[in-house]
Formats: sequence, C-alpha cells, structure tokens
Amino acid sequence: MTAAPEQIDVLDEAREQVLERGVGLSEEQVLKVLELPDDRIPELLALAHEVRERWCGPEVEVEGIVSLKTGGCPEDCHFCSQSGQFPSPVRSAWLDIPGLVRAARQTRDTGATEFCIVAAVRGPDKRLLSQVRDGIKAIREDGNDIQIACSLGMLTQEQVDELVAMGVHRYNHNLETARSHFPEVVTTHSWEERWDTLRMIRDAGMEVCCGGIIGMGETLAQRAEFAVQLAELEPDEVPLNFLIPNPGTPYENYPVVEGAEALRTVGAFRLALPRTILRFAGGRELTFGDLGAKQGMLGGINAIIVGNYLTNLGRPAQQDLDMLEELSMPIKALSQTL
Amino acid sequence: MTYCSFCGKEDADGDHAFCRQRLSMIDPPRYCAECARRMVVQVTPDGWTARCSRHGETASAR
Repeated sequence: MTAAPEQIDVLDEAREQVLERGVGLSEEQVLKVLELPDDRIPELLALAHEVRERWCGPEVEVEGIVSLKTGGCPEDCHFCSQSGQFPSPVRSAWLDIPGLVRAARQTRDTGATEFCIVAAVRGPDKRLLSQVRDGIKAIREDGNDIQIACSLGMLTQEQVDELVAMGVHRYNHNLETARSHFPEVVTTHSWEERWDTLRMIRDAGMEVCCGGIIGMGETLAQRAEFAVQLAELEPDEVPLNFLIPNPGTPYENYPVVEGAEALRTVGAFRLALPRTILRFAGGRELTFGDLGAKQGMLGGINAIIVGNYLTNLGRPAQQDLDMLEELSMPIKALSQTL
Repeated sequence: MTYCSFCGKEDADGDHAFCRQRLSMIDPPRYCAECARRMVVQVTPDGWTARCSRHGETASAR
C-alpha cells in the first residue's frame, strides 16, 4: 500500500512563491485561499501584508474621487445606481468647473496624491471631454499639482490620445468581475470591449487602474478566475469594491459581503497581485466597519479612497488618515509619484 | 406630513430603521423630506448637496 501524496498547504506555497519570488498565485491556488477556514484568516492576512511590504513598500496611496456626470447612463450594469435603465432614485447631475476645482482641492488637502474624475457614461462624447479638459486646466490654474486620473467609460484610440495630451496619468476602467460572470452583470457591452479599452490605455503609456466589485453573485471559483484575469492584465492599480446593494438596482436585495469573506478576498487578491497597488474602494464601510478596515490595511491593501464616493458616502477622510497614522503607515507623497 | 429621505415613503408609513441606518452610514438624502420629490444630488469628496425643485437646496454639514 502506498502512502497518499502529502498535501502542500497553500499558504506555505504562497510564502515561497509569492513572498520570496514575487510570482502571483495561479487560479487554482487563489481558489484554495478563498476556501481557507475562518481560523486561518489571521495567518493569510499576515502573509499578504508581508507580501505587500516586500513588493510594494510601506507607503499607502491616498486618492479622492468625484462624479463629474452622475446618473442617466445608458448601460445596464446591474450593480449601478446610475444606470438609466433601472428605477433608481439617483437623478442626473453635472458638476460644474468651480465644483470640480473645489473637489480637487478638498482631495489634495487630505494629502492625497490622486484625484479621479468619473463620469457615468458608456464612453465620453465631445461635451464630456471638453468638460474634462477645461476642468483639468482649471485645477492646474488653482495651483493644484495632484495627479489626475479619469474614468469615463470605453474609449476610442483618438480619445485615449486626447486624455494623454491633457496630462491624465492613470485611467480607471473596471472589468468588474470574472469574464465568465460578466454577462450576468452587464448585457449592453462585453467584457472584451472593456479589455480592448484597457489595452489601448496601456499601449498609450497611461497607468492602468482596473478592478471590480465583490459580491455580485459570483462563485468563489469565479472570484479566483477574476483575480488571475486581472493579474494577466498587469494593472498598476486594482480597486477592490464590495457590493453596495443600492435601491432600484437589480442587486438591491443582494446580501452585503460578510467581513470574514471580504478579508479572505483581500488576502487572496494580494497573493495573486503581489506588485499591484491594491486599493480599498467602495462598500468597505458596510462590509467591514471600522475594525475590519484596519484588518484589511494589515492584510495586503496599500491604497485607499478617502472621503466620499460617487453616489455613496464614505468615512470622513480624517478618520482614515488617523487610522493610517495609528497603523504607522506612511502616506505616499506626491514627490514620490512624479 | 414628512417623508423618508432614503426611500421616499411617508415617515409614518412603516418602519424606516433600515433607511435611517443607510442614511447614517453611506447614503445622502435622495428624496425631499417635505414633498418626497426625487432630488438632484451631488456628492463631493467631503460632502453633498441635494436640490429639490420645489423646496430648494440642502447640504451636508462639512
């Protein structure tokens, strides 16, 4: 009788593969991490934190975001309260240039190095791009040298080139979920269309920011699939959102992601993406509360959106800045990013 | 008569504990408390404004 082959523990594998060699976990390995029992979460988070310190350094990147054009979007992303296809209470609104300048100033005053201008659109039209151009010019004339990112939906090559010319250094375009799950979430465009925009952004020399939302009915296997699909893209930043079940959307009755599950996801994504900026984004307030946010910061996260989101509110920026100070985590300075 | 700023129903109609929780955590008001009209809401990094076409603008305490 031969002995059964010895099972190698996935965290032992990760320690050698990810921490020592900087090679992200495979889909199969990520799934094993997502299936770890609750009593191994502290061990997972400790390893994920070591990985982020080893491969990203101790700094935390702070960002603020604002919605330039809210609501009335023609797309049907089922999680989104800004889709014009659902009976959401969110009404259309445009932020004017003085409002955009104030928002950028508020963000800079928190010590943030990133300010992301977001619009709820399929892709930008001439009016929106003109507003973005005027807005960036006005932010600079205000003496604000914060780095500017944009999230304006799917782009043409010409639009990519225009954004580069405006000085936009990073572009956010989330794949949102695994390729196999995407058709359940969005039917008005495809995962591949989003991928195409991301490749154009990368090829044009802009930094790529691409993440998604956890808790949209995906299986753990699809969550693992998503993590490695993101790794394949090699994004500079991955924002990790947790579903906020917003009224009027098809997902309004979905449960909030449970804290332990969310922490396992944070740790697993860090082990799949050892060198990427992994940002805490929307939904963490509902999913984690105060205590969990700290655990996440000590579990692989190295970036954070402070203040409010696009249509939902976040914690006051100072509360997060105090948390970083308490955790002795230095905030990335603008001079380090230029 | 007053209305819930989260769901737009009458305050006296049912239990709004969930609505209050959301408003205290992550949601700006979406409905005018005086007339239940949907408001135009702009969220910014450190606050929000909400405008009712009949009752004017309210804003967060910054």
